[in-house]
Amino acid sequence: MLRDITLGQYYQTDSLLHRLDSRVKLTATLLFIISLFLVNNLWGYVMAAAFLAVCIRLSHVPFRYMVKGMRTILFLLLFALVFNLFLTPGTPVVRLWKLTVTKEGIRMAAQIAVRLVLLIIGSSLMTLTTTPNHLTDGLESLMKPLKKLRVPVHEVAMMMSIALRFIPILMEETDKIMKAQIARGADFESGNLIQRAKAMVPLLVPLFIAAFRRANDLALAMEARCYRGGEGRTKMKPLVYQRRDYMAYAVLLLYFAAVIVIGRILPI
Amino acid sequence: MGIIESSHLSYDYVKLNEEGNAEGVTRAVDDVSLSVEPGQFIAILGHNGSGKSTLARHINALLVPTEGSIFVDGKDTAKEENVWDVRQSAGMVFQNPDNQIIGQVVEEDVGFGPENMGVPTKEIWERVEESLRAVGMYAYRKHSPNKLSGGQKQRVSIAGVLAMHPKCIVLDEPTAMLDPDGRKSVIRAARALNDVERVTVILITHYMEEVIYADRVFVMDKGRIVMQGTPREVFSHVEQLKALRLDVPQVTLLAYALQKSGLPLPDGILTAEELELELKKLRDRKNAAGGAAGAKEAGADGWNVGEEEPDAVDGGTA
Repeated sequence: MLRDITLGQYYQTDSLLHRLDSRVKLTATLLFIISLFLVNNLWGYVMAAAFLAVCIRLSHVPFRYMVKGMRTILFLLLFALVFNLFLTPGTPVVRLWKLTVTKEGIRMAAQIAVRLVLLIIGSSLMTLTTTPNHLTDGLESLMKPLKKLRVPVHEVAMMMSIALRFIPILMEETDKIMKAQIARGADFESGNLIQRAKAMVPLLVPLFIAAFRRANDLALAMEARCYRGGEGRTKMKPLVYQRRDYMAYAVLLLYFAAVIVIGRILPI
Repeated sequence: MGIIESSHLSYDYVKLNEEGNAEGVTRAVDDVSLSVEPGQFIAILGHNGSGKSTLARHINALLVPTEGSIFVDGKDTAKEENVWDVRQSAGMVFQNPDNQIIGQVVEEDVGFGPENMGVPTKEIWERVEESLRAVGMYAYRKHSPNKLSGGQKQRVSIAGVLAMHPKCIVLDEPTAMLDPDGRKSVIRAARALNDVERVTVILITHYMEEVIYADRVFVMDKGRIVMQGTPREVFSHVEQLKALRLDVPQVTLLAYALQKSGLPLPDGILTAEELELELKKLRDRKNAAGGAAGAKEAGADGWNVGEEEPDAVDGGTA
């Protein structure tokens, strides 16, 4: 049950998108999301979808794999759809008992659904093609200007990568504690939601203690290996822009400009 | 001057009560003076709570002495400005392999130390390759540490320390959480470092089998060094070691028992091969003195019980 959680899941294969610098991909994702919210006509969405389709094609990640990830947000999607459909005021189209579906409602719901789907697929495409390490490296590098505002950029990136490294270890630990308690008669499976949540408490306490102990050990080990924050640190794998990265930036800007022109100026 | 010199080193753990006031003091290390020469393989033995890990943390400047002093490569660890130099010249490997691997890929973890030291990128890669080869983990450089066995993880940790080019490596019970195979591979890696790279190794352990290759053994109890010498010297005091709740290697124990029952064996036998050799020597001497008749007698006495090879029949009867 715990093994189903795949955070920052990465799809191992070789493609142009995999080889791109993580900073390009982070910027691209951000721009793509912004573009989705700037667009307000059909042609804009068509363009965004086309752009995404090309990217998916280039990533060599099977489309089915991405759709699988969509299942988790299906509930959210339905929720947004229903609320927009029925609760937007305007000219009524269909009347169902006390609820009215309006023309504006249909338009709004469709827009929200398309936006959400594109947004989720777009951002998952980034995590699918970028290893967590590259992601944190890219974030650190992109947020470097914030250092002047005394934001601990390096420390945040370090914490992220350590958290990612410890997820499988802590999961294993949870599994172990769970089994130990099941062996002594604990019941995690039956009862209603509240009872099951209560049964989790004796699981959380030892897990937290273990996590703190690990954190303490890790801090010691890091200090023993001369870790003293980001100052004066060199990189084993520094991020260096290649020709393809500049090209990608150019393509990205082109897309952004086009989407704004078409998506905001053309009617409908 | 040795690479590690401690004189009258003592360390107190202060127990705090809930308000944060000092409640009591536990002396973990008590008046320890020792000197380690470069290139030596040192073992520190002791049961739980004997102060051996506390002592180890002083070598890496993770702790500083309450009293006395410790110099690592000629630098006083108590001085703030020396801390990073000390940590670079004395690397440390801890007990739990999961809690000391920082990287998500083996090679990245090994590069962590050099990155912290500000080594140029190209040289980091050279150091990583060379360290991973030294511990026999080069083939796993692209793997995730989570998928390795305990012994492999511990060898990656050793490589991580090695990449910092230390003069000395402190291994704080590196095998305590490993299975016998993992234990062997880690000890082999540590010995190879000492033999080939001439790195000073300080191995802290409570497994007796691991210390027989050491140049020098220190036995700790209640924060003090109670015995020291070569493994042979230390293991010849079987009774004393037992009193310290330490296990003596089984072969040594057997030799000791034989010796006690009247067999003229030398003190401190450490390996099965050694015991076999000594027993053969005894048999030959007996044969030379008593001739064929004596040999038969010897066989009847059951002296050959210690023989390991089934085909090693009593030589005198041939």
